[in-house]
Amino acid sequence: MKLLTCPVNGTRPLSEFVFGGECRVPPAADCSDKVWADYVHNRHGAPGIKQEWWYHAPSGTWFIAERNTLTDQVIRTFLKGQEGKQ
Amino acid sequence: MPLRLLKYALSKDYPGTRFFKAHETPKKSYDVVIIGGGGHGLAAAYYLAKEHGITNVAVLEKGYIGGGNTGRNTTIVRSNYLTPEGVKFYDASVKIYEGLSEELDLNLFYSTRGHFTLAHTESAMRTMRWRAEVNKHVGVESYVVGPEEISKACPQLDMSCSGQAPILGALYHAPGSVARHDGVAWGYARGADRLGVEIFQNTEVLGIDVQGGKVAGVKTSKGYIATTKVLSAVAGFTPRICEMVGLDTPIVIHPLQACVTEPMKPWLDTILVSGSLHVYVSQSSRGELVMGSSLDPYEVHSTRSTLDFVEGLTSHMLDMFPFLSNIKVVRQWAGMADMTPDFAPIMGKTPIEGFYLDAGWGTWGFKATPISGKTMAETIARDHAPDLIHSFRLSRFEDYELTGEKGAASVGH
Repeated sequence: MKLLTCPVNGTRPLSEFVFGGECRVPPAADCSDKVWADYVHNRHGAPGIKQEWWYHAPSGTWFIAERNTLTDQVIRTFLKGQEGKQ
Repeated sequence: MPLRLLKYALSKDYPGTRFFKAHETPKKSYDVVIIGGGGHGLAAAYYLAKEHGITNVAVLEKGYIGGGNTGRNTTIVRSNYLTPEGVKFYDASVKIYEGLSEELDLNLFYSTRGHFTLAHTESAMRTMRWRAEVNKHVGVESYVVGPEEISKACPQLDMSCSGQAPILGALYHAPGSVARHDGVAWGYARGADRLGVEIFQNTEVLGIDVQGGKVAGVKTSKGYIATTKVLSAVAGFTPRICEMVGLDTPIVIHPLQACVTEPMKPWLDTILVSGSLHVYVSQSSRGELVMGSSLDPYEVHSTRSTLDFVEGLTSHMLDMFPFLSNIKVVRQWAGMADMTPDFAPIMGKTPIEGFYLDAGWGTWGFKATPISGKTMAETIARDHAPDLIHSFRLSRFEDYELTGEKGAASVGH
């Protein structure tokens, strides 16, 4: 069984979590259609260390996990805005 | 003992004919370089040589041929898709497959079994009717059947699925088939080799040389190769190759797992798929049950398999076939599926001149091997994609013209 550490509830089985995709910043609302299409569809598909949204379903907690998508190792998890506080 | 076998055993050299020449060092330049020695890359090489007379072609494979997703799928060939574009495309592939053993002079064990996509809910039945109508409109033999016909084709199936998910009906697809997947790669490799294509195994691409928006060459673990045309046919490695040329795509990699049981006497004639139970199963010519399920739920670039997968899959298999409880799973594995948001492939030209993409094959690539090879060969030879793959172009995302094939994925991914 794979495990993941929720910053609020501690280490739990991966089956309790939902993957929310890579953390991304949307472009300005008045951007061109081309820029918006790029944001909507394209992803950083190559492997590497990425910051991703994860959701702990039983407690309704969204948090960020820093994970190596090549080796599937989670480096750290934290709540948004509390990155340096842990 | 046959004399020929004795000759093999006593000979110091290997006396048999190799399927293709074992080239070691690439030439300084080629007309076309194909990255990826799977079914798709080798088929493209074969049709480039056979139909377009372009034989100065190198196929670069970082492992061994057919060792990627070509040898990791569950070998199902079908064309019962949802969009007319998809149905036409996959139907063209099925038609080539039907004569492919003869064309490649290699027994691919192509076996037409009939394919049932089971529906356990009214909403699933609605999708089956929709798919049946689109299929019929394009001339593909698919229709909706009731529980009696399913039971007749597969009397072993528990129609109530252990009382959990009673089967209401199914989409029946007569041309649904299975084939020996590694045979497809080897057949195309031999065919291409005979026409002059050079295949390099253990040859990794390290970079792609782009000058002024045009492809100029490929850096490999066996030196630099000059070329003006490169085809990327690498499935789960597509984002890594695209990163080399600075091309963004919507592709995200998820592992897709599969497993087989120990061999049994033949009992399962058809191919069965249940979207609700996340199972697809067929019996191979060796007697094993070949089983697959949905994608792993998050991005990983690895072919490691998990216990969770086998536990989940087998519990649903037992809902369908309780009598299999003593049968052992003997092997499991995973492939890296290059998923697209609309569950359709990405094929054709790219903004980089001379860089062609045959990607986004997610969980539906094996069945498309012949037609993707044929259409990509034409795209490369004429520098123009044929109409059959126009809907699969990379620029469809920028144009917001997605193909919407998700409803025809075998299980709810």
